[in-house]
Amino acid sequence: MEKFIEIKDVSFSYINDYDDPPTKNTVLKGVTLDINKGEFVAVLGHNGSGKSTLAKLLNSINLPESGDVFVDGMNTRDEDKLYDIRRTVGMVFQNPDNQIVATVVEEDVAFALENIGVEPSEIRKRVDWALKKVGMYEYREHAPHKLSGGQKQRIAIAGVLAMQPKCIVMDEPTAMLDPIGRREIMQTITELNSEGVTVVLITHYMEEAARAGRVVVMDDGKILLDGAPKKVFSQAELLKSVGLDVPDVTDLTHGLIRAGIDLPDDIISEDECVERLYQLLKKE
Amino acid sequence: MGIIRTEDLTYVYGEGTPFRKTAVDGVNLDIEAGEIVGIIGHTGSGKSTLIQHFNGLLKPTSGKVFIDGEELFADKSRLKEIRFKVGLVFQYPEYQLFEETVYKDIAFGPKNMGLTDGEADKRIKETARLVGLKPELLDKSPFELSGGQKRRVAIAGVMAMEPKVLILDEPTAGLDPRGRDRILGLIKEYHAEKGTTVLLVSHSMEDVAKTVSKILVMNDAKVFMYSDRSSVFAKADELTAMGLTVPQVTRVFDRLRAMGIEFDDEVFSIDYAKDLVLRLLAEKRR
Repeated sequence: MEKFIEIKDVSFSYINDYDDPPTKNTVLKGVTLDINKGEFVAVLGHNGSGKSTLAKLLNSINLPESGDVFVDGMNTRDEDKLYDIRRTVGMVFQNPDNQIVATVVEEDVAFALENIGVEPSEIRKRVDWALKKVGMYEYREHAPHKLSGGQKQRIAIAGVLAMQPKCIVMDEPTAMLDPIGRREIMQTITELNSEGVTVVLITHYMEEAARAGRVVVMDDGKILLDGAPKKVFSQAELLKSVGLDVPDVTDLTHGLIRAGIDLPDDIISEDECVERLYQLLKKE
Repeated sequence: MGIIRTEDLTYVYGEGTPFRKTAVDGVNLDIEAGEIVGIIGHTGSGKSTLIQHFNGLLKPTSGKVFIDGEELFADKSRLKEIRFKVGLVFQYPEYQLFEETVYKDIAFGPKNMGLTDGEADKRIKETARLVGLKPELLDKSPFELSGGQKRRVAIAGVMAMEPKVLILDEPTAGLDPRGRDRILGLIKEYHAEKGTTVLLVSHSMEDVAKTVSKILVMNDAKVFMYSDRSSVFAKADELTAMGLTVPQVTRVFDRLRAMGIEFDDEVFSIDYAKDLVLRLLAEKRR
């Protein structure tokens, strides 16, 4: 498989100016991670584990203190490539209010396209496409500030989609959405991924991570676990010890295993759990 | 009469504009004092608009709101007094921190109520303990703290006013699982210790299931249901149709029942689910 993002032995620190003398808080400690083209990677970690910092390294918002990050072959330190890098990797942040700039929904989605000089007819096409993708097309003439948090987040995602980036990095995009909103965003993500877009999803929802192709767990600025969701979530004790969790169905089956019931320890989806419990409980 | 009561409460946004929207439509509610209530509803269902009426941030377009027996807006001179009875913690409350120290930030509300320094000091320290903020943190700048700590400071600021009703809008949004459990734990503890009314607005059915005793379901600006957990989660199909979900374990057991496994229980916690499976297995072996 083709490497798309290469993170090579990257460290990163924030300087804390509140302290006198200023202190250094190292949040990434020699992280090495490759992400292949077309992968769907979920990144888990407790608050402060370094996952958002890692995300910001992927389109040059943060530059490594040491080590290098390559995106589609471009070093994120290369200032001449800055615009190319940002066009390649789109970012969606947690709080939609910080990402909306215009007073009309469709203008907001068109903002970046206008900036990079896309043809007006093409802008129209892409804006409509992106708004339909996130299910907000009927709101195209509304004022973003009158929408709910979840709706605003979908506008922010549409703005990134309209740029047609090769990779989308999302930092807890569903934190403010209701269950339907979350489901829609997850559907959008899966759909985009199946069309070849590389997706990096930072999330606190274990059920969302379980749907990724690969799960990376961060702890204390390092990568603690990296593998298929089934492999990662079977390590329930380790995950809980670093402030994380496993999907509820995993928690349930692990509890049953501890009570002596014979079940596999890598059940992470609702369907699988229902099937296994049915086999267990059905009448002979 | 309950601590919060509404009579035909209606609120319309953008009257006279093309964006006119009835956000709350003829709501009649009676919430008993001491209850811990989860408020759920899809985006735009009216939950946030509803709770903003409970401390007079919004004035009803029509209908009435009573807090502790007193009608809001009936006597303007009483408004401030009534507002102190209802503490509202907004979404992402840590963005509202502004003081130089954690101590001063928590002190802001109690001082505004006119408490003496001594009384305020007592409440600040007690609330800080309740939300799990170590004494040495009180002299730090709130901006030096972690996200979860900041949120606890913001919640403490409202708790320290000792309102008769504490309303929290999505208090766990954006927190990691440990942070979520911690916030929910302290809300439960606060409720147990103070015995006051707590309203918890949440999109997370799992959070609601493990924290509250009653659930208020809003749908399209109206109250769909106000009842205990089991009765609400028993309506899984209707909740799903209105864009909500039930906890994952509830779905699993609803499906098992549909497949022919027989049991009467409504399942909404993992521990309960585990015990139920063990019980069913034991019955099967017999």
